Order: sequence, then C-alpha cells, then structure tokens
Amino acid sequence: MSRWGGTLRALLRSGPLSGRIGLALVLFWFAAAVAGPWLAPHPVGAFVDRDVFGPMSARFWLGSDYLGRDVLSRLLWGARYTVLLALGAALLAGSCGTALALTAAVRGGWIDEALARAMDTLISIPSKIFALVLVAAFGSSLPLLLLISSVIYIPGNFRIARALATNLVGMDFVAVARARGEGAVHIALREVLPNMVQPLLADMGLRFVFIVLLLSGLSFLGLGVQPPYADLGSLVRENISGLTEGAPAIIMPALAIATLTVGANLLIDALGAGKGRR
Amino acid sequence: MSAASAPRTMLSGLLPLLGKRVASALLTLLLVSAVIFTVSGLLPGDAAQETLGQSATPEQVAALRHEIGLDRPALARYADWLAGMVRGDPGTSMVANMPVREIIAQRLPNSLMLAGFTALISVPLALAIGIASAVNRGGKLDRALNIMTLSMVAVPEFLVATLGVLVFSVKLLWLPSIALVSDTSTWGELIRSSTLPVLTLTVVVTAQMARMTRAAVADQLDRPYVEMAQLKGVRFSRVVLAHVMPNALGPIVNAVALSLSYLMGGAIIVETIFSFPGLASLMVNAVTSRDMPLLQACAMIFCTAYLLLVLTADVVAIMANPRLRAQ
Repeated sequence: MSRWGGTLRALLRSGPLSGRIGLALVLFWFAAAVAGPWLAPHPVGAFVDRDVFGPMSARFWLGSDYLGRDVLSRLLWGARYTVLLALGAALLAGSCGTALALTAAVRGGWIDEALARAMDTLISIPSKIFALVLVAAFGSSLPLLLLISSVIYIPGNFRIARALATNLVGMDFVAVARARGEGAVHIALREVLPNMVQPLLADMGLRFVFIVLLLSGLSFLGLGVQPPYADLGSLVRENISGLTEGAPAIIMPALAIATLTVGANLLIDALGAGKGRR
Repeated sequence: MSAASAPRTMLSGLLPLLGKRVASALLTLLLVSAVIFTVSGLLPGDAAQETLGQSATPEQVAALRHEIGLDRPALARYADWLAGMVRGDPGTSMVANMPVREIIAQRLPNSLMLAGFTALISVPLALAIGIASAVNRGGKLDRALNIMTLSMVAVPEFLVATLGVLVFSVKLLWLPSIALVSDTSTWGELIRSSTLPVLTLTVVVTAQMARMTRAAVADQLDRPYVEMAQLKGVRFSRVVLAHVMPNALGPIVNAVALSLSYLMGGAIIVETIFSFPGLASLMVNAVTSRDMPLLQACAMIFCTAYLLLVLTADVVAIMANPRLRAQ
C-alpha cells in the first residue's frame, strides 16, 4: 500500500500532466459521490423551475431537467450511485477473482483446470450481452446490479491474477515456505498475495472504468438503476427529449460520466508508466 | 483439398493444430450455451405462472406448464433447446407469437451491414493510427495519439452518439437522427440513415483497435532483428513493411478481432439510440418484455459471432507464423 502511495506522490511531483489531470478528475468525482447530497443546492426530486430544460443560470447552475428539477442536484446524487456501485462491484470482482485465482494457483491440479475452464467459458460471453441476459433473468435492483456487474468482471480479473499467482508459486521463496511446512492458506495470503497487489490494483482500476460504462449503459437503456433512484446513465436517458434543444440537462450527465472514466483511465495509464520507468 | 498438391504438406502439419482450435471453440460454445440456458431458462422461476398472473387457477398453470414443456426434467429441456438452436429453429417468441427464426431473419442483415460498414472504415483507420504511433513511439505524435485514444476508449457510446446527433442532425441538419430502414428504402436513404450509427461505432471501436495495434507493432520494433536490419542499411519504411509487419500480423489480427467483438456491445447502445432495426436492439426489446426464447437466440448468435472472431484470429496467427507453419 505504501509503495502505491509512493507512486502517487511521484506522479504528483514529476508525473505527466495527463496523469495529474486524471487524478484531479477522479478525486473530484469521488468527493462528489461522498459529499454530493450535502452540497446539492435543491432537494433531489423537487420541481423547482417553472421552465423545463431551462438554461444555465445563477439559480440553476446546470439548468433544469425535463420536469423542471435542478440538474446540478440530480447530478450530485447520480454521481453517488454511479461511483459507489461501480467501486463496490470492482472491489467485489477483484476480491472474488483473486481469491479464486489464488486457490487455483496454490492448489493446482483439477481444481485449477476446472476453474480455468469455467472462467474461459464466462469470458467468451461478451460483457454487455451477459449483462442483458442476467438482468432479464434476475431484474435490476441496486444490490442485484452490484452483483451482476461484479460477476461479469470476475473472469477477467481471475485470468490476470492467476497468471501472476502461477508465476509467483513457481518461485523459490514459495518452495521454501512449502518446505517449512506452511499450509496452503498461509502460502496464498502471506507469500503470494503481497507480491501481486500493485498490478491487481491497476487491474481493479480498469475494471472500475468498465463497470461505470456498463452500468451507465444499462441505465441508459432503462435496464439499470430504476426510479426513484437515478445514476448518471438514467439522467441521460430521462432527458433524452432535450437533445434537440441541446439542453444542459442531457449534456452534463453524459459529460460527467466521460470525465470520470477518462480521468480514471489517464490516472491508471500514468501510474503504469511511472512504474515502468523505475 | 487433394487437388492442391504443393501446399498439402504445409497444410497437413497445420491441420491437427487447427482441428484442436476448432474443437476447443466448439466445446466453449457448448459450455456457453449451458450457462445461457441455465441463467435464462432455469433460474428465473416459473414462466407459466408469470404468463398467467396471480389469478390463474393451479389447473391452468399446470396445463400451460405441460404445454410449454416446463414439467419435464431440466436436462431434457436443455437438450431439446440445444437441438433446436443447432437446427436453426430456436422456438417461438412469447411476445410476438411468431417463430424467433423469422424475427431474427428480418433483423440480422441490418446488423451485419452496420458491422460491415464500421469494420470497413475503422480497420484501416486504426491500423494507420496504430502504426504511425508505434513508429514514432515516445515522440510528440505518439503521446498525442496515446492521450486521444486513451480518452476515446473511456467515453461512453451514448455520449458520442448524442454529440453526433447534436452536431449533424440538430445544428447542421445534414443527417437524420433516427434510422428509418425498411425493405423499400433505397441505397441512398440506407446510407444516409446509417451514417450516424456507423460513425458512432467507428469512434468507439477504432481507439481500442489502434491501441492494440500500436502495442503489437511497438513490441516488434523493439526486437534485435529490427536494429540488425537498420544497421545493414535497409531503409526504415522497408524495415517496417517487409520485416516488422509480417511478424506483427498475428497480434494485429488478434487486436482487430477483439475490437470488432467489442462492436457488439457498442451496437446495443447505438442501435437503440438511433432506433436502428438490428439484432442488438431486438435483444434489448427481448429483455424489456422478458421474451426468453428470443433473448436466448440473440445471446447465442452474439456469443457464436464472438467465438468465430477469436477463432479466425487464432487461425490467421497460426497461418502467419512461419515457425508454427513449418512444424
């Protein structure tokens, strides 16, 4: 963890500008997700503007939406659902995938083969197609969306974590630990896992971006977050009729998603490049 | 194949390798079908109860269950379903009351056309961007293209699509914002109404493809044989075209195949936004109306297409690699 912090500090001091912009964007949206509801100037569901699709003004910074609600307030609340759902799903996918990968790599044998085959199967189903099938079968409440999006990204994480873990398991220090008589759990958690944390965190960052795009795509189709809740994708969907007027109500949420994902991508890229230079 | 006697020795060495790949792809497809059937056919509860609603008597539910075969064991239902898929008869749509086959037959050509046009534009564009930045790697052009493609990869499809509509349909009034494709539309109308969907998909797919192409070419450019050729005095353009490209072909085809498979995910959003009558928007409708036979058929078509793309990339990589070919 401290090494990760060191990379961040190096990025701040001497990293590329794109990485610093990425970090700023990601921090901004995480702050918005945490503090948004307190910062929102109007209640999230209140009809405050007599106009619909009103322009940006001093009272409504980002204009008003298709029912005359304040776009900025809805955006701050929506960011909370988008960021926290995606973060939760990315963490869940990362820990499940890594746990399975450690089991496969340390145990080996038929467990490894069965897990690898199962994950290869799941990875051959394109993620959005899989998401549609799962939503059709189970529905799309908030906990289900969290589970669905993590299930979809477990195989990808498994594949990377298994490759890392298999490499490490073949190394001498693991052979030494085995000879010392350490159990499989100790080897997995104490010997192997600490050596693969950094690439795994980078992978989790990428999965976060994918999940944000997947979830907002689903919400945009009307299959994701359901009313009365609304994430950023739902905001784009519900204001789609404002497109012909070029209303800020539709452009702002779409831009919000793009700045979040582009920012995360730039940050991860800069951290990866920093690591390569060392 | 027996007529071609010269490449026969080459092929006979390749055939077992190719056969293994095809067999593995078929096994994966079988497992995928089991996953899709389990998730969509077995787990969601009782379709008969759901169709009839709460007020139905137990006898009515039992009768309907018998009629659609829900009272039979799961494995038998799966076998029937799979046999139907293989025969090209995936059952009857629960909502439209029409054979799924007919519904899909109307939509599939539209989606193939969309994918074809997109590939036609995006593949050369991505190769050009990828190769240009690999050749200039570390330079200003490379860094600029890197930031550009890195950002494009993370932009949601609907932002590209809405911005496209805003600029080309609302402000400039050049293109329609809704794709009206029917049997009677002329080629001109067809091209006009598919321009925005194709452009959106191109933007989404090209960035990914260009990044992977760059990685593949840059990896080859860093190899010692490139330095050797340059020290020998071979012109750089010739090094790239004659030495590097044949070696990078396998990874590049792989990149193209993977990116084109991403097209399917993009098509779901793009077809829906532009009301384009393709397979992906059909699948979204099937989800909304919970029309499981239709949904399963669409999902299987997409998964088959994905596996075909990956398999093609595999085969091309084997054919392009002289070391594998010589075995």
